[in-house]
Amino acid sequence: MNSSSGKSYMSTASSSVIWKAGGDVVADQFPAGLRVLVVDDDPTCLMILEKMLKACQYNVTKCNRAETALSMLRENRNGFDIVISDVHMPDMDGFKLLEHIGLEMDLPVIMMSADDGKNVVMKGVTHGACDYLIKPVRIEALKNIWQHVVRKRKNEWKDFEQSGSVEEGDRQPKQSEDADYSSSANEGNWKSSKRRKDDEDENDERDDTSTLKKPRVVWSVELHQQFVAAVNQLGIEKAVPKKILELMNVPGLTRENVASHLQKYRLYLRRLSGVSQHPSNLNNSFMNPQDATFGPLDLQALAATGQLPAQSLATLQAAGLGRSTAKSGIPIPLVDQRNIFSFENPKLRFGEAQQHVNNNKQMNLLHGIPTTMEPKQLASLHHTAQSMGNMNMPVLSHGSQSSQNNPLLMQMAQPQARGQMLNDSTVGLAPRLLSPMGQPMLSNGMATNVSPRNGVPENIRAPSYNPVSQTSSMLNFPMNHTSELPGNSFPLVSTPGISSLAPKVAFQEDVNSEIKGSVGFMPSYDIFNDLNQHKPQNWELQNVGMMFNTSQHSNSLQGNLDHTQSVLVQQGFSSGQNRNSTVISKAMFSAGDSTGHVNAQNGNQHLNSLLVDNTVRVKSERVADAAPANLYPDHFGQEDLMSALLKQVGSFFSLYDTDGDIILLILTSKFPIFLQQDVITPAENNDFDFDGYSIDNIPV
Amino acid sequence: MEVGQMQRRLVDYTKSLFMEGFLDAQFLQLQQLQDESNPDFVVEVVSLFFDDSEKLLNDLTMALDQPNVDFKKVDAHVHQLKGSSSSIGAQRVKNACIAFRSFCEEHNIDATLRCLQQVKQEYYLVKNKLETMLRLEQQIVAAGGSIPMIELGFWRTINMKGGKE
Repeated sequence: MNSSSGKSYMSTASSSVIWKAGGDVVADQFPAGLRVLVVDDDPTCLMILEKMLKACQYNVTKCNRAETALSMLRENRNGFDIVISDVHMPDMDGFKLLEHIGLEMDLPVIMMSADDGKNVVMKGVTHGACDYLIKPVRIEALKNIWQHVVRKRKNEWKDFEQSGSVEEGDRQPKQSEDADYSSSANEGNWKSSKRRKDDEDENDERDDTSTLKKPRVVWSVELHQQFVAAVNQLGIEKAVPKKILELMNVPGLTRENVASHLQKYRLYLRRLSGVSQHPSNLNNSFMNPQDATFGPLDLQALAATGQLPAQSLATLQAAGLGRSTAKSGIPIPLVDQRNIFSFENPKLRFGEAQQHVNNNKQMNLLHGIPTTMEPKQLASLHHTAQSMGNMNMPVLSHGSQSSQNNPLLMQMAQPQARGQMLNDSTVGLAPRLLSPMGQPMLSNGMATNVSPRNGVPENIRAPSYNPVSQTSSMLNFPMNHTSELPGNSFPLVSTPGISSLAPKVAFQEDVNSEIKGSVGFMPSYDIFNDLNQHKPQNWELQNVGMMFNTSQHSNSLQGNLDHTQSVLVQQGFSSGQNRNSTVISKAMFSAGDSTGHVNAQNGNQHLNSLLVDNTVRVKSERVADAAPANLYPDHFGQEDLMSALLKQVGSFFSLYDTDGDIILLILTSKFPIFLQQDVITPAENNDFDFDGYSIDNIPV
Repeated sequence: MEVGQMQRRLVDYTKSLFMEGFLDAQFLQLQQLQDESNPDFVVEVVSLFFDDSEKLLNDLTMALDQPNVDFKKVDAHVHQLKGSSSSIGAQRVKNACIAFRSFCEEHNIDATLRCLQQVKQEYYLVKNKLETMLRLEQQIVAAGGSIPMIELGFWRTINMKGGKE
């Protein structure tokens, strides 16, 4: 019974807290009607929990698979107030689900398990669970779960209020209209306000807080980029909200907003650096030159799963992005990787990598790979992109680099992906790649040299991306689909010299250079979570635009290397292009032709794991961390880089910003890259059948 | 037998299950969840538990029958069984699972096989008991009677929380 209508319960709840005088009819009923999503693979427990929750007068939806739960949440962002999830589940680790939810939807999540070991509980804490219940769960324990919802709301409201944007006047009338907070009227209010907010997001300024009903700051891509830039400038250790706020100089942004965002960012970083369960070296490494692992990309994991050829892994690792970010937030167990991909890579976290595309020098690579793309990944991607920059890839990270105005064109199949995330933006990321439509990514004319990935496991097929069907928001690089995409064999491995990348990507020659678009992944960074909260607004990958120029440069990125690839480069993007909402966290891939920027073509393009990491890494090492400037491969010839990149990745998406600087380079590898759904707002052209969102809607 | 008698029998039988540790307070919670709107809740949940457990036990048997036992998988199954048995209140099964898991960690094949036997035994026992109890309840209801509640004091004597208070 969960109300997909998005009862604005939450809002009312919080509002009731705030407006005592006003309609607190709602308060009377609260917490009744709390919309709970409970996920547990054990049918007995699930049934019992459902009954108990109903006995608490909650609105219960039960689900026995994490993937289903995630897609439900994605489809209906406002449909739930709280999630209760088991830790041990066959299809996806509960903590992964927790992370996804935290990043994408920012809902309170309660973990539960029969396991009461301290380590497990600690894990829950570090992953951001708001509570941990030991099975057998008693009804008394469930009676109080509403406190987590209120608490979260209250904190958000606090920020809001403090920023002076709270429009109590507006709200009140709305609230008091409905006795039942969950009434649709309320909901309508919220919805409209939210919509309004979304619209405003496009401006990527939070100055217009008056229309914001929800006490959330939408951390648009640009905003996040600015944030990350500020943090980098100060140094992560020394970054305090006040200073960050000053550096960012965004009117309307409050210190509290920054503080909470920083907290999330830190959590994310921490998680990447050591908490991830599967320290996919790749993940971290991407950013880490030393590690030679693809940061966000769990290359190792990938490799392990057979998707990523071992050597690729090595290469990728070698590439070692400069970012040593911790394991990219994609600590997805190997087994999950695939799942993750299919899930989308909601975790494209933007964060740490700071890769703001525009400003950050780093590239955020979105690793579509099963791991969530952590911002780091993006960063790495970014880096790689940068390095590839030479390769004619506008590295995403541009920040510094940007130089390339000529982003790599991804030869990738264009427009496939287009549909998805990339909005017309330039990202030409292999539109094909992105197209979730099962089309073989590169099949479009892409001369993908990439040979279908070997070992591309089932994911490969485009639709295999579950994402496509499910969550789609991710930029689904159609890479997956195309098993034919050559280059899937790109090992993520960042070959040290990218040379190893065989530019397979021959993305469509037609596309040539158009891929500029940016591949927008929309990694779901939690950072952007706020942003997108509900809609994956279109992320414009603007910045990211990796252009793969297959023909010209030997880098042919393969759009989607069968599933695997897709390195998502994430980054903060676009500011410019079409949608402002460059979600930083979400990288948008605009595959294919777009002319200018990569705008994630709508949709969910799932960016297949950005193998790019590898490549990016290579470059990024140089750039690493903050100065992406070196992305351009001085070291590597463009072609080398590209080819290496491509080889590894398979497909290459880049996000370009309006200046043509590459923001994000997404390499798709054999692994599908999933972009976070929320990153992209529902694509206008949902041809791909993703849940993706079009870049246009990316709230800023 | 007349309803009153059946009811007494049921009460005694139920009490014994708790006293002997077959069931614990969690089962009481389930009983308390049952109401007019959902009069068969306990029966449904218990049936679900039986089906699920049997599947798990089969999986466990197969897993332990392999030449190369995958203890991780075995542990995962046992963990699941532990979770469901604890949720339903099948205390002895749960305890047997706990012991089972510790041997799994040690990768001790012999001990785990023995544990499996133990778990199975406990499972069949509790299954039997629950079926008997539920059948008694059904008979009472069919005869027009109502299910009696166990007095509060009983829970205190056996040191258990959960009685309807």
